[in-house]
Formats: sequence, C-alpha cells, structure tokens
Amino acid sequence: MADRPQRTKLSGGPGMLLVWLYGVMVVGAVSRSAYQISTEFDRAPLAYSLSAIAAVVYAFITYTLVRGGETARKAALACCAAELVGVLVVGTWTLVDPSAFPDATVWSDFGMGYLFIPVLLPVTAIFWLRRSRTAVAAA
Amino acid sequence: MLDALTIATSAAALALAAWCGFAAFRDQPTKDWHFIGMAVVTLLTVVQLIVGIVQLAGGEAPEQGTTLFVAYLIGSACAIPAVAFMSLAERTRWGSATVAAGAVVLAVLEVRLYDIWGG
Repeated sequence: MADRPQRTKLSGGPGMLLVWLYGVMVVGAVSRSAYQISTEFDRAPLAYSLSAIAAVVYAFITYTLVRGGETARKAALACCAAELVGVLVVGTWTLVDPSAFPDATVWSDFGMGYLFIPVLLPVTAIFWLRRSRTAVAAA
Repeated sequence: MLDALTIATSAAALALAAWCGFAAFRDQPTKDWHFIGMAVVTLLTVVQLIVGIVQLAGGEAPEQGTTLFVAYLIGSACAIPAVAFMSLAERTRWGSATVAAGAVVLAVLEVRLYDIWGG
C-alpha cells in the first residue's frame, strides 16, 4: 500500500494462500460451533466450546494477516503458537480420552477431519511470519 | 441430490486445482483462461445450489439435516469466486496456488455434500 508504507504486508505472496486457508478454517469453525452450540450444546459441551475457541483464534489470525504491520505480525505469531499448542493438546486429549468427547471438535485427532490442515497451518504460518521479519530487517 | 452433478463438479474442481497448481509450479499468475475455468466450475456449483433448493422445495430431505446441507451448498458456491478475487489481488504464482487450494477445498465440500445428502 502506497499510503501506508511503514506497515509490513503479511498477505502478499505465500501470505495470500495462508489468508485463504485461515479464511476457510474461520468459516468452518465459526459455522460449526455456532450450529452445534445453538442446537445441541448439552450433548458435548466441552467439544463445542473448544470449537468455538478455535473459531475465535482463527478469526483473529486471519484479521492480523490481512491487516499487516509489526504489531499484527507479533500478535499473529503468538496466536499461531497458541493454536499449535491447542491442536496438539486437544489432538492428544481426544486420542487418550475419547469419552470426554461425545462429538468431534475442529482439533480432534490433530484435525484429521480437516485434512490435517489445523496442525499444518500454524507451522507454515509461524515459518512465514518469521521470514517476514527477516525480510523487513534486510530491507 | 444429482449424483452425476456432484461427481462432475468434483472432477471439474480437481481439474482446476491441477491446472492452477501447474501454473503455480511454472511461476505464473492466473490468466484469462484460468478465469474461464473458474467461471465454469462456479457455474456448476450454482446449478447444484439451484437443483438442491428445488429438491428441498419438492419435499426431499437430506439425511444429516437441511441446515447443514444448505450451508454446504452456499459454501461450495462461494469458494471459487472468493479465490478468484484473491488471485486478482495477488498477481504472482501464489495467486495461482491459492486458486488451486480453493479448488481442492471445493472438491472436499462436494464429498461432504454427498455424505450429508445420504448417498
């Protein structure tokens, strides 16, 4: 953007692909948790709450990627780390104690129902966000 | 749901994914021909949306719920237009890669649509 020269662009190049994949996860997690919480929350409260949290995290990361800038980059990096921890913890939890989850979450079995995108995405994003900083430092 | 239409849309989506993936591999942005391809795939999803609504109006019910079915129909109709605009904003190989990823997502949505309808 010519009018905002100091703001690091995070949605350029591979960033655009990340914005799309995060956007898909936002739509998937938001609609899924909204539908499940509104219709059958009592069946699996834990699973649906976790899906809702995942939805919020995805929405925030997408927003920071589109917005760009150093603060957004750091916030996105922190959220991606939280997301990765979330996927790993919930993924392990669903395998170790399936009875706690009568229904699946977005992060169940490390995101197997979503082609493992939930576990691959934060790793890719962290890599990209770290590289963006190097690019800024070099410029 | 018309199985033939679902299969045709999935096949077209995968073909689009391969085509745009190849463009990304060759370090090329999306060209006019790619956009015609995206338009064809979008047309198929819109036809599917109309057929789906007509069938619902005709009293047929999807196995896993009408809300879920309609949500997936709308989602599948929006996927390709969304990546098309993103590839217009990103005139590099990564725009092509985004369209390829969008087409793969559409193919997955088609499989889910088939399940939700109870195929």
